[in-house]
Amino acid sequence: MSDPMLTLTALDAHYGDFQALYGLDLSIAAGEVVAIIGANGAGKTTLMRSISGLLSNRPDAISYQGQDIGALRADQVAKLGIALVPEGRQLFPSLSVEENLMIGGKVGRPGPWSLRKVYDLFPILEERKAQASTSLSGGQQQMVAIGRALMANPELILFDEISLGLAPVIIRQIYDALPGIVSDGMTAMIVEQDITKALSVSSRVFCLMEGRIALQGRTEDVTHAQITAAYFGVDA
Amino acid sequence: MSTVTRSTRASRIAMIGGGLLLLVLAAAPYWAGRADMRLMSEIYLYLSLATLWNLMAGYAGLVSVGQQAYVGFGGYMLFALTIFGGVHPVVAVLLGGVLAALLSIPIATLAFRLKGAYFAIGTWVIAEVFRLSFAQIQALGGGSGSSLPVAIVKEIGAKKAVREANSYWLALGAAVIIIAAVYAFLRSRRGLALTAIRDSETAASGLGIDIWRTKLEVYVVTSAFTAIIGGLIFLQKLRISPDAAFSVNDWTAFVIFIVVIGGIGTLEGPIIGTLLFFLLREVLADFGTTYLLVLGFVAIVVMLKAPKGVWGLIRERYDLELFPLSYRVRTKD
Repeated sequence: MSDPMLTLTALDAHYGDFQALYGLDLSIAAGEVVAIIGANGAGKTTLMRSISGLLSNRPDAISYQGQDIGALRADQVAKLGIALVPEGRQLFPSLSVEENLMIGGKVGRPGPWSLRKVYDLFPILEERKAQASTSLSGGQQQMVAIGRALMANPELILFDEISLGLAPVIIRQIYDALPGIVSDGMTAMIVEQDITKALSVSSRVFCLMEGRIALQGRTEDVTHAQITAAYFGVDA
Repeated sequence: MSTVTRSTRASRIAMIGGGLLLLVLAAAPYWAGRADMRLMSEIYLYLSLATLWNLMAGYAGLVSVGQQAYVGFGGYMLFALTIFGGVHPVVAVLLGGVLAALLSIPIATLAFRLKGAYFAIGTWVIAEVFRLSFAQIQALGGGSGSSLPVAIVKEIGAKKAVREANSYWLALGAAVIIIAAVYAFLRSRRGLALTAIRDSETAASGLGIDIWRTKLEVYVVTSAFTAIIGGLIFLQKLRISPDAAFSVNDWTAFVIFIVVIGGIGTLEGPIIGTLLFFLLREVLADFGTTYLLVLGFVAIVVMLKAPKGVWGLIRERYDLELFPLSYRVRTKD
């Protein structure tokens, strides 16, 4: 593996008294696509929130491109080139589709992504650009959320529950778009409930259970039985 | 065929109607009596305070109970700068705004450490510090206050009629400028970021928006304009005292009442709220404290039954928007 782009060292996360992550160690190289799987409550979203700065950590718990970012705020992390496509999309309901996308571009990082390129990726959004973002279907809203993150021209993009609650045909459209996104050399972490989908696009997989990494490996090396065991915490 | 626009027929009618109304109001010194002009000036100044508080609380989420600090500060700066600095009253009012902006920065860094209810109480305490501090300044009359010298009052206009017309126009102008500026700001790119923060702080910060800084900018600008309005209020009153200048009742409680019953987080809300407030006040003027009881009762009923305020009710029922900030799909058959 080349120099890691992102390294987590003994990452803990707490919500008050409740500990959600226990000493997570993992590292990702530039250009990798990594899948994070696990049951509900395993800590996947907490992991995404920690990396993107929405949860504060020890400075050295998270290192990105050689810089300790664990204690940075979310807006500082975003400026360094980490973008989150949050669970539940979290579009801005008062703003139109295009304004949502423009907010994504507000960090002003240089790079290939522009309104034009997002509209090329998801043409439906151009047709709906002046509409209120909440008037869109769930799948189209997810496209806005992805486009909004891409507008920031990130180097690392985090997809939290990329397909949760979407119709199968929409999920296929979004997965069809993924290669076009990561082919620019973008690094991606994908949190996904659908294990088969997650494995189909990723080169490595991490399975979380109760805040710890229960299984990790190259996608082609892990067996279905291993994943089932790690996912449910039982021997299959 | 359907098209998507911001403007609606209602908003265009409102625009034309608003323009005509403005002309009529601007001509008030030629058709209205002295008492009516005073009342209308007061309405404009309250409308300005409410619009500013609404921007700060309804959009930036900064629920301050201490904006009377800036009203009083602006008022006192008018007196201090004209009496000791020999500055023209209008210039003094504007300078008061600039000074308030400078002063609001350290205050914000202090108050922003507090969240929610603690922020509200913290800002109130800071305003009390202002009141107590200005009561110590003997040159400005200490605790009993002082009046604006006649020579300075005459700089607004040598004759009483001219003076009254000028201060009426100042109040009207301030309200128009503030509403127009807030509207333009909310439609600008920075306003976009502020609206995004109001919709979802998490998503906004995840996209690189510095929430603290954006809120600071809103707080500073709001405080500066609040001080300018404070200057204009005491230019009308011609007399200032710490209790009147830093009154939480007059400059914050009534303003919150206006914004809440009108509809917080909308531009139309403060306008409707101001009209309702003055309607209630004029109707109940002869009932003494009963008037305050009724205000409290109305506020409670509105908060329970129509948390989006009167404008929220109207908007839901008739799908109206006079200051178009959101988009809508229009279907043509």
